[in-house]
Amino acid sequence: MTFHRNRLFWPLAVLVLLLVLNIFFANHFFRITVNDGHLYGSLIDIARRAAPLVLVGVGMTLVIATGGIDLSVGSVMAVSGAMACLLIGDLDNQNSLPAVFLAIGVALVLCLGLGVWNGFLVSVIGIQPIVATLILMVAGRGLAQLITGGQILNVNSAPYRRIGAGYFLALPVSVLIAAAVAAVAVLLTRRTALGLLLEAVGGSPAASRLAGVQARGLTWLVYVIAAVCAGVAGLIYSSNVASADSNAAGNLIELDAILAVVIGGTALTGGRFSLGGTVLGAVLIETLNVTILSVGIPVEATLLFKAVVVVVLCLGQSPAFRERVLGRRRTPAPVAPKEEVAA
Amino acid sequence: MDDVELGPGSPSSTIESRGRRVNRQHVPVLATLTLLALMYGLGVVNYEGFSDIQVVLNIFVDNAFLLVVAVGMTFVILTGGIDLSVGAVVALTTTLAATLLHAGWPAGVVLPLMLILGTTLGLSMGAIIHYFRIEPFIATLAGMFLARGLALLINRNSIPIDNGFWVTIAQQRLRFDRGVFISTSVIIALVVVLIAAAVLIWTRFGRCVYAIGGNADSALLMGLPVARTRIAVYGISGFCASLGGVLYSFYTLSGYSLHGNGLELDAIAAVVIGGVLLAGGSGYLFGTVLGVLVLGLIQTILNFQGTLSSWWTRIVVGVLLFAFIVLQRVVTGKRAVTGTR
Repeated sequence: MTFHRNRLFWPLAVLVLLLVLNIFFANHFFRITVNDGHLYGSLIDIARRAAPLVLVGVGMTLVIATGGIDLSVGSVMAVSGAMACLLIGDLDNQNSLPAVFLAIGVALVLCLGLGVWNGFLVSVIGIQPIVATLILMVAGRGLAQLITGGQILNVNSAPYRRIGAGYFLALPVSVLIAAAVAAVAVLLTRRTALGLLLEAVGGSPAASRLAGVQARGLTWLVYVIAAVCAGVAGLIYSSNVASADSNAAGNLIELDAILAVVIGGTALTGGRFSLGGTVLGAVLIETLNVTILSVGIPVEATLLFKAVVVVVLCLGQSPAFRERVLGRRRTPAPVAPKEEVAA
Repeated sequence: MDDVELGPGSPSSTIESRGRRVNRQHVPVLATLTLLALMYGLGVVNYEGFSDIQVVLNIFVDNAFLLVVAVGMTFVILTGGIDLSVGAVVALTTTLAATLLHAGWPAGVVLPLMLILGTTLGLSMGAIIHYFRIEPFIATLAGMFLARGLALLINRNSIPIDNGFWVTIAQQRLRFDRGVFISTSVIIALVVVLIAAAVLIWTRFGRCVYAIGGNADSALLMGLPVARTRIAVYGISGFCASLGGVLYSFYTLSGYSLHGNGLELDAIAAVVIGGVLLAGGSGYLFGTVLGVLVLGLIQTILNFQGTLSSWWTRIVVGVLLFAFIVLQRVVTGKRAVTGTR
C-alpha cells in the first residue's frame, strides 16, 4: 500500500518500462558477453554513458540537500579536461604514468579551487547559490578556452585513455570510479552524522546554526565536493574522446544533473535528499537516450521525449497534482510521507 | 570596478535626512550606468572611429532580439521565478516560421501564429508552476527540452527565409541625417520596452508582480490575484521570447534549430547586471536595458580590439556578474536566503 507512495516508485516504474520497451526493439538487449576479459552489452553501455552524470549528480545532490544549486558543473568539467590535456600534451612521453597522474592531480586541484570559490560566494558572502554559480558557469567556459587557447587539444596517452575507455576486473574503469564515489558519498552521509547535518542546513540554515551545526563550513564543503566530482567527470569525458573540447565538454550537463536529482526524489528546496535516487535518475536519463536510439525514434526527438518524461515524473511526484487530478485518495494525512529511504 | 564613485549618494550616506539622497534601490542601476559610461569612454579613447554614433546604434541593431527576450525575463525574475526556455523558444520560432514561409504560408498568418505559440507555451509552463507547485527551474527546463526538441524535429538544418515581407522588414533601414541608421527591429524592441515599463510602473498588474517577488504568501493574503499574475508573467516571457525569435529571424533571415543557444544565460546575465534581484521583488526594467547595452558594448570593444578572442567575452561577463552581485549584496545589506526560489 505504501509502496506506490515511495519517492522512488515512479522513476523505477519508468526505468522498468523503458527496459521492457527495449526487449521488443533491440535484439539481445540484456545479453552481456565477455570479450577478451571485458564485459560488453547494452546494459554496460548504459552504465558507461551514465558514469559522468552519476558523478556530477552525486555532487549536485549534496549541494541541493543544503538548499543550494550548482550551475557551474558543466564549465568545471570543461576546465578539468582542458587542464589535464594541456599538461599531458606538453609531455615528451605521454605514456609516463607518474606524469599523467600529476596532470590529473593538477586538474583536480584546479577544480577544487573553483569549488572553493563557489562555496566562498555562497557561504561567506551570502550570495544566492543560483546566482553565485551562474558566474562560474558563464566565465568557466571562457577559462577553459583560455587554457586550451581556443582549440581542441588532442592527446595520445594510453594511461589517460584508460580512465574513460579502459577496463579493470572486466568492468569499465569509468563505471567503477562513479560507483566508488557514489558508495563513499552514501557511506559518509548515511553512516555518519554528515547526512543529517546537511539536511539540517537545508531545512533551515539559521536554525541549524543556532543548534550548533557548522552551517557555513558545511555549505562551503558541498560546493567543493560538487566541483571535484565534476572535475572527475570532466576527466572521464575528455579521456573518452582523447581530447579537450571546451565547448562540448559538460554542455548542458548541469541541467541533466539537476533533472537526475529531481527524478530521484530530492526536493529542490533542500532538507532531504536521496543519493540512491540520484543514481537511479542518472541511469534513467541515459537509458532514455539509449532507448530512443534502439526504438528507432530519430535522435532529434530525444529532447522531446525527455520533456515528456520530465513532465510526467514531476507531476507524478507533485502532491498538488495528485490531489487535484487523481483525487484525494488518502486518509486524513495530506502530507506526503517523509520516511527516510535508505540510499 | 567595485570602486564606483557615487558621490554624496553612496549607500552609507542614505541615512542623511535631507539633501541629495540616493534611494538604495537606485544604486545598482546607477552603478550600471556609470560602468556603461566608463566602458564607452574607454572605447572612445582607445579606438579610432569608436565615437561614431553608428557604433552605439549598431549595439541596438545587433541586440534588439536580446533586449526583447530580456524584457520578458525581467517580469519572470521580478516574481522570483526563472525561465530557462527562452533560447529554445527563439530557436523554435525561427525554425517554424522559416518552414511555414517556405511552404508558402503568408507572412500575415505566420507572424501572429508564432507569437500565439510562444505565449501559449509560456502560459502552460506558468500554469504547471503555479497549480502543481513545480519549481520554475524544472518546469521551464522541460519547456526548453520541448521547444528545442520540436525545433530539431521540424528541421535540423538551417533554412533560409526568402519571403518578401520578411526580407523587406529585414532590409528596412530608418535613416537619420549624417547617414546613421537603425533597423525596424530596434523600433519594435524599444516599443516593447516602453510598454513593459509602463505596465510595471503604472498598472495594478505591475505592482502585483513586485508583490509576488517580495513575498508570495503575503501577496496572496492581501487578496492579490497571485495565480493570474504568476501565470501571466510566464506568458509574457513566452511572448517576448517568440517575438525575440521573430526579430532574430529578421536579423539572420534564416530559421535554425540551434539558434539562441545559451541565450537564456545572456538574458539572465543582462537582468542581473541591470540590478534586478534574482530573488525577486526589486529592480527596474531600465536596468535590464542597460544590462543588455553592457553586454553589447563588451562585444563591440572586443571587436574593435581585434586581438582578443571571443572567449574573453565570457570571462569579462563573468567578472561583471560577480561585481554586480556583490554590489547588490552590499546595497541590500542582507544575506540572501539560501534556496533556489
